[in-house]
Amino acid sequence: MNPEIGHYALALALPVALVQAFVPLFGAARRDAALMAVAGPAALLQMLLIGTAFAALTQAFIASDFSVINVYQNSHTAKPLLYKISGVWGNHEGSLLLWVLILAVFGAAVAAFGGALPDRLKARALAVQGMIGTGFLAFILFTSNPFLRVNPTPAQGLGLNPLLQDPGLAIHPPMLYLGYVGFSMAFSFAVAALLEGRVDAAWARWVRPWTLAAWSFLTVGIGLGSWWAYYELGWGGWWFWDPVENASFIPWLTGTALLHSLIVVEKREALKSWTILLAIVTFSLSLLGTFLVRSGILTSVHAFASDPTRGVFVLALLAIAVGGSLTLYAIRAPKLEPGGLFSPISRESGLLINNLFLATAAATVLLGTLYPLIADALELGNLSVGAPYFNTVFIPLMVPLVLLMGIGPMMAWKRSDLAGVLARLKGALFGVGLVFALALSLSGIDAIDIAGSAGIALAAWLFFASFTEWAGRVRLFKLSPANLWKRVRALPRASHGMTIAHMGMAVLIVGVSGSSAWKQENILTMGAGETITVAGFDVTFHGAETIRGPNYESVQGTFSATRGDGKAVTLKPERRIYDQPAQQTTEAAIHTAFWADLYVVLGEGPADTGRYVVRAYFEPFVPFLWYGILMMGLGGLVSLSDRRHRIGAPLRAASIVELAKG
Amino acid sequence: MSDGTPKTNSGRLTAIAPILIALLLVAVFAKRLIDIQGGLDPNQVKSVLLDTPVPEIDLLPLPGRGPGLTTKNLKGEVTVVNIWGSWCVACLSEHPLLMKVAAENTIPLHGIAWRDEPEASLRWLARNGDPYNLIGQDPISEAAIAFGVTGAPETFVVDPEGVIRYKHVGPITITDWAETIAPLVEQLRQ
Repeated sequence: MNPEIGHYALALALPVALVQAFVPLFGAARRDAALMAVAGPAALLQMLLIGTAFAALTQAFIASDFSVINVYQNSHTAKPLLYKISGVWGNHEGSLLLWVLILAVFGAAVAAFGGALPDRLKARALAVQGMIGTGFLAFILFTSNPFLRVNPTPAQGLGLNPLLQDPGLAIHPPMLYLGYVGFSMAFSFAVAALLEGRVDAAWARWVRPWTLAAWSFLTVGIGLGSWWAYYELGWGGWWFWDPVENASFIPWLTGTALLHSLIVVEKREALKSWTILLAIVTFSLSLLGTFLVRSGILTSVHAFASDPTRGVFVLALLAIAVGGSLTLYAIRAPKLEPGGLFSPISRESGLLINNLFLATAAATVLLGTLYPLIADALELGNLSVGAPYFNTVFIPLMVPLVLLMGIGPMMAWKRSDLAGVLARLKGALFGVGLVFALALSLSGIDAIDIAGSAGIALAAWLFFASFTEWAGRVRLFKLSPANLWKRVRALPRASHGMTIAHMGMAVLIVGVSGSSAWKQENILTMGAGETITVAGFDVTFHGAETIRGPNYESVQGTFSATRGDGKAVTLKPERRIYDQPAQQTTEAAIHTAFWADLYVVLGEGPADTGRYVVRAYFEPFVPFLWYGILMMGLGGLVSLSDRRHRIGAPLRAASIVELAKG
Repeated sequence: MSDGTPKTNSGRLTAIAPILIALLLVAVFAKRLIDIQGGLDPNQVKSVLLDTPVPEIDLLPLPGRGPGLTTKNLKGEVTVVNIWGSWCVACLSEHPLLMKVAAENTIPLHGIAWRDEPEASLRWLARNGDPYNLIGQDPISEAAIAFGVTGAPETFVVDPEGVIRYKHVGPITITDWAETIAPLVEQLRQ
């Protein structure tokens, strides 16, 4: 396929997006079915065109067509195929193309499977999608065109940043974008609902699956980024509160709030305008993340090559999207019908408090991230805040939230009985005490041990309480195995999903607390035959050799580690120097023993001595971070498979399941 | 009892608040972008200390690593002072460049280990290489405050009279070094 075909398809997608943005909107206002019906075919055509453009660019990368500037700047013939493909989105222009492709796929999915949607809501939601598409397509075509050619054709490309040549990072951006762009669906439906002037349970039922899918992808996407930082940056840290990390974490926090407030709208028709606001804010924050990363107004280790012209364009997009939707919100929100009432002790209240904590946490992280900008604008001087700020303000917000997470799912709608719920959790509380005592007895009584054990106890609370709730719903211990299985099958998938996700959060908290409290490290300049000790492991160095990879040269060390009289494991950390661009990376060797990692890094040594600086880390509970994130993502998907969340599932089927579960 | 839906006057205010906050943020971003287009380098913040003598400092050395850093060391020849810390992710990205500069051995490069445990600083240097001539530790930010440091890494160029002539915020790139810092050092030497 020829890059010009891709370029042409992309240029055609812009007018199609414009048609999708305005014709159905006009049709919806005039109640003209024919005009509204334009939305669906336009969305499908848009996906085809952008898909063609993306395929053309991918083809240029695979074929190493260096006459395309973008390929020349970001690829190399010696690169493995996987990284030629991931090179498509490993740069600014290509990643934006991926962004609009995902947007178009989501739009086409609504067009194709949204048959049961009310016509006007569907037309308006697709129109809003068309507007977002228009903005981003214009951005790509006018400032960031990936199809520009260069003459004469260079013989070889400049290569992809070696840090990005990694399987985890190859799929990290698509996951993240599936999350960001997924929230655009919630945004489009929110704006459509405001235009409609009507938010009801059916609306929430439509938005929930999109939000759930977006949330699951974003969770896994952030997790992949963290995992990558952990094994690739070579110093055993997994979260740095860097602006770019925060840019993906802030929409996750508000997206999590949205996920929960939608339940209240669906079940009780309350919190409507708050939910609409959250849907708008979550996508706006996703756009803000794009702006922060692209414009270079904040310093970050992850920054792509940035360009202020692009910054102006993204800011204009941001201003139009956020300004337009929030102005509409300011006009229409006060006119939304008030919803059902509830008492301060109820499931609704629980979810509202959850939302307040999450929104506050999001605002806190946002403030910390933007603080250098705000301080500068107010002429307060040049100030910045780092990890200490975030840890100090974030943890106190999360502790009560997690305590509440244990109780909330057991509360009844409308009016609940807190004493009754706590009585049911007696067993869980007993378990928490046991876990806390056990953690203390195994670790010690230093301040850090107490803090770590408290974190583990908090996780145990969430885990046991979630289990108690689930066990109560399936009547575990009360039914015969056959009946129990029937009961488990009958329980809505969404309930199983919630339990898995909440337990995943508990597992994640174990990882965060344990790795923060009990990480150990040792460092030594070593020659062959010498041994370094960390956390009871004896790690012996057997020498290093130079090996040749597909596009790099590597010094690979061989180590064997034993603990007590256990079996030895072999570790082979590397230090790579890539050919093009000539850049060095460290590849840590990590041995995972279910609950802890042994992490060995080969550093540079004094020249020509055959000795190397070796760092060995004992990273307890770090694997729990990844288990927890996977469980959360899995919980989201299980919940998504619930019949009631299936796109296009007839409403009647949903109410039957509701009755059955009663 | 509440239903989360604004309908009173205060409700109307709640509905307007988000757009006001958003407009304020957009204004802040726009100002920043205009500043950048007007020539402000986001990594290079105007320092009140520019063209003023270096502040009085007397920093302890890292244990087992030669002498510390004092104001005296910053006089008599052109020097470059780099603020870093083992906790600073961005410092890692400019480190290969500093190592290259040190290997060329044409200009004294001094380090200030800011808000760091001495052991952590030493470990970091052992791991990543040590490009510095002298290093002073600054655990309580006395030097950082005196130099007007806004974040790590930051790099200062000091002329032979001990006057700060240039300040760079954020990691130095090869371009920054080749096009700005190295020519300035040459110029100051004449």
